[in-house]
Amino acid sequence: MRRFLISTAAALVVATFLLLVAGTDPIEALSVLASGAFGSTDKIADTAMAWAPLALAAAGLIVTFSAGLWNIGVEGQVIAGAIAATAAARWVEGPGWVAIAIGLLVGTVGGGVWGMAAGLLKTRGGVNEIFGGLGLGFVAQAFATYLIIGPWKRAGVASTSGTDLFREEAWLPTIGGTRLSVVPVALALVTLGWVWWMLRATRFGLELRAVGSNLRSARLVGIRSEQVMLGAFAIGGGAAGLAGALVTLGIQHKLVPAVAGGRGFLAILVVLLAGYRTAWVAPVALFFAAISVGSSQLNLRLDLDSSLGGVLQGVIVLAAVLVAGWQARRKAETAPIEGDT
Amino acid sequence: MDATLASIIAAAAPLVYAAVGETITERAGVVNLSLDGSILLSAMTGFAVAFMSGSVVAGFVAAAAASMVVALIVAWSGIRLRLNQIAVGFVLTILAADLSAFLGDDFTRLPGPTVQARPIPVLREIPVIGQAFFGQNLSVYGSLVLVAAASWFLARSRRGTELRAVGERPEAAHARGISVNVYRYLATAAGGALVGVAGAAFSLDQRAGWSEGANAGFGWIALAIVIFGSWQPMRVAAGCYLFGALQVVALRLQPVFPGVSQVLPAIPFPLMILSLVLVNSKSIRTIAQRLPRLGRVLLPEPPGALGTNFAAD
Amino acid sequence: MTLRITEISKHFGPVRANDSISMTVEPGSLHAVLGENGAGKSTLMKILSGFQDADSGSVTLGGQTVPLGDPQAAIAAGIGMLHQDPLVVLPFTALQNFMLGTDLKHRTARRLFNETAARLGFVLDPDRVTRSMSVGERQQLEIVRLLSRGVSVLILDEPTSGISTGQRELLFDALRQLASEGLIVMFVSHKLEEVLDLCRSVTVIRRGRVVGERDLPCPTHVLVEMMFGDIVPETTHESARLGEPLLTVTSLEASEGRQSIRRVELVVNAGEVLGIAGLEGSGQQPLLRALAGMTPRVAGSITLDGSDLTRRPYRAFLRSGVHFLPAGRLEEGLFAELTIAEHLELALGSASIDWEVARRRAEEAIDRLSIKGRPDDPVAGLSGGNQQRVLLAMMPNDVSVLLMEHPTRGLDIESADVVWTQILARRAQGTAIIFVSSDLDELVATCDRIAVCFDGEILDIVSAPDVDANSLGSLIGGQIL
Repeated sequence: MRRFLISTAAALVVATFLLLVAGTDPIEALSVLASGAFGSTDKIADTAMAWAPLALAAAGLIVTFSAGLWNIGVEGQVIAGAIAATAAARWVEGPGWVAIAIGLLVGTVGGGVWGMAAGLLKTRGGVNEIFGGLGLGFVAQAFATYLIIGPWKRAGVASTSGTDLFREEAWLPTIGGTRLSVVPVALALVTLGWVWWMLRATRFGLELRAVGSNLRSARLVGIRSEQVMLGAFAIGGGAAGLAGALVTLGIQHKLVPAVAGGRGFLAILVVLLAGYRTAWVAPVALFFAAISVGSSQLNLRLDLDSSLGGVLQGVIVLAAVLVAGWQARRKAETAPIEGDT
Repeated sequence: MDATLASIIAAAAPLVYAAVGETITERAGVVNLSLDGSILLSAMTGFAVAFMSGSVVAGFVAAAAASMVVALIVAWSGIRLRLNQIAVGFVLTILAADLSAFLGDDFTRLPGPTVQARPIPVLREIPVIGQAFFGQNLSVYGSLVLVAAASWFLARSRRGTELRAVGERPEAAHARGISVNVYRYLATAAGGALVGVAGAAFSLDQRAGWSEGANAGFGWIALAIVIFGSWQPMRVAAGCYLFGALQVVALRLQPVFPGVSQVLPAIPFPLMILSLVLVNSKSIRTIAQRLPRLGRVLLPEPPGALGTNFAAD
Repeated sequence: MTLRITEISKHFGPVRANDSISMTVEPGSLHAVLGENGAGKSTLMKILSGFQDADSGSVTLGGQTVPLGDPQAAIAAGIGMLHQDPLVVLPFTALQNFMLGTDLKHRTARRLFNETAARLGFVLDPDRVTRSMSVGERQQLEIVRLLSRGVSVLILDEPTSGISTGQRELLFDALRQLASEGLIVMFVSHKLEEVLDLCRSVTVIRRGRVVGERDLPCPTHVLVEMMFGDIVPETTHESARLGEPLLTVTSLEASEGRQSIRRVELVVNAGEVLGIAGLEGSGQQPLLRALAGMTPRVAGSITLDGSDLTRRPYRAFLRSGVHFLPAGRLEEGLFAELTIAEHLELALGSASIDWEVARRRAEEAIDRLSIKGRPDDPVAGLSGGNQQRVLLAMMPNDVSVLLMEHPTRGLDIESADVVWTQILARRAQGTAIIFVSSDLDELVATCDRIAVCFDGEILDIVSAPDVDANSLGSLIGGQIL
């Protein structure tokens, strides 16, 4: 908690400095940011819709981090989910809810498969998951782009602005006249709860944490660490894929090249700031979603670039990581000398 | 042919700066993962400073300084705080990218100063290679000189040898009285500065001007090419030129296969994964042991202590 | 120049690796530093060579103070060290390694290299990549390098592990020559026969302290007792009634890292306690790990209770009731961040987890083993003795063979007592217990039989109640009774 406060304070100092440099009143900018996130029903709806995929991807990352894996490929897994969901929305006929259900399902599977690919590269190919995941991410990105300008191009014109809109029945239903859909929020909450429960109350969760803590000890107790890691990648990728499917079916209603839009990367920051604790993911993701959504108002109202939100997020996480490192070093360096008892 | 070769060399110049810079850093054992954000930040800084001062040189210097600061944060948190270099580098990637968008807002899509062409008389008339090697500007010449210089430095010079020892086996360097962490700071700073030059080479030359996310993705490509190029400047440069060639080809093919220029940038990544799989493949290892010469060509060999923090205690 | 070490102390976290160590070595000495693994010899040598800094104490050479914590200064003062794993940069050639850290010119370096190598009788190709050189050749390279830099104290840390007999002879001849030229040779080892062969004097270190100094030669068992501690006559020794033969090992060969074991013939009965003694590195570790099913490359056969387990995967050993307790508790036994309850759940729990049950199980174990901790405490915060008790608590009920590496190393007396009470209670259920130890007292007090390993083979198996300190010491030193 103290770490969180110190890093938020650091972010505020940096933000104030940047705003003063940009010639804007910092207080005003922050209040615009806050009202941009929560100022009206529509804005709350936008924040909630931004929160859900972020929280989902972060929930998946909690699983991979627990197993000691740096799943940087999460961005690609979001894209893989979006591609799969798009395929369902385009090809599945019949009632809208069937297309949506199938879209969410295959989106999850698509992301999971993409995650497993990074996992197999690690366990079978010996490729570090950071580079394997990153590489697969760019492959997914290129594939999405290819689909958008190739086989799935808009009638007549090929453009990177996206595919045709899906038929409206395949859009996620929203509440009344708002942009809020219950489905993503509910799925994110359920997933977070499930991850929390899975890590604590199931044998797989315990084995996952054991593998993440010490691979050699895990082997000694007889855990099949390869399978556990692959499982973690499948779950992490699946959650990210579901996030991608929700973005496609619920927000954009078409496949665009930037469907992931840094959500995966932002989810990694969320998990770092949450200190790898599941219970903290929901509030931290909400905080970050609010910053992301609120900062779009900066441009309209104060003529400031909306990337200020990203700067704030980055500074907070950087400060948190550095403060944690500093505390750990101080503790290690001042450790008392004692006999073995 | 002449013109094609010249455009490949020019197109690859920024990437060469970034990838060779990261090669130097990684050879000392430090991974500076922040490249993708660093390049954006320095591209913006370089353009903004050149725009305001009217001096392209000032732009390059400022760009180098910006990326060097980012790189030094990675080095410091690894060496002093013993934090995971990947984690810190990753956060800085995102932060630097957003910072470039925020600070560069006022400089978006403005015409600004660019590096002037400086063809070298007589030499540029040489058939085939004349235009490519002697018909460019200082930024491109610099990239060519850098490849040769970095290659010589790492392979032949005493300091370069010590730097490689630090990245390969820090304990051995330490036992010989070489200051491991001083070398690591210096290599990270130098590599960071070159990443900054890469940014300026984008915004002041290759894709003159600045806009948000203008060169996003190139940092990751540079990181992939360092692996693909087996941490050797010459081979890393070859990887960059291969990628430059792909870009030029894609541009030519664009009218025939629309979209090819959007898809081709992903090519380095499967190649990187393939080379990483090869490193770990048992059969390739066996072949490499039987035929060491072929093995050295096939197998990338990462610095022994890459990404680890060193402390004598 | 006389080397004087005065009250050197060094701690790592809670461990005192060196506790006020002092010694004096005269020029021209071939001086051995003896001690078991973890006694603190390597730490002391790393401090001497500047590789690590000391907490307190000082070193002088020929009256001049040697600055500590600075390898460059140590070499300049004349102290050079050959590390156990020679510190060469593998992708570099011999000459590049030789020049690294100096400002020699290429040609001068090559001449100096060839001259120094020739003087010592080493045949080394300066242009060979060190990765393709044997460990022995890498050592020769390092010795050549250190001598060319004018050291007057040459420290060698376990130089004979992993090199051939021929290379060892070459090395010893070179060391004798150097000592005759007035150098101090500090030979760090736990191999008695080599120390007796080479050195003229010895300092023995145990648990971070100097426990004795002797001129050599002297009887082997004297040195063994200093290294391992005296055997206190044991009164409470009681042997359980032995059951049927349980574990049968025939012509077993196994290797792990640089250590190996050959020609093992062994039958262990149910309820028997078999100790494995020997100087560190004599093959105990590959033997124990082969029996645990952790070494994939094994020749010969291992049969447990009639079923053949040879070359079966580790999990098959686990299912057959083989249980292994490693020496490095936090490195390969426990999970630093996980709690006591979670450890027990991992080892003993079923598919679905009921934390109420798990916590009660943990509380019961904490009571039974008097662990100082609560069910929800992460094990990283426990002391070594309590960590060992957690490992014991993780042992299932139906273990048929229990294998342990140094079960009480680094533990206080009370913890060691608890550990042995728990282990010996298993005998009644017919569990066979096999453990490696370097504590003679412990071996004699708890074992039915003691197998003594020497140089990669089992030299002899003796009945524990009948053995005395002198004969066990001689056996460990390699002398057949």
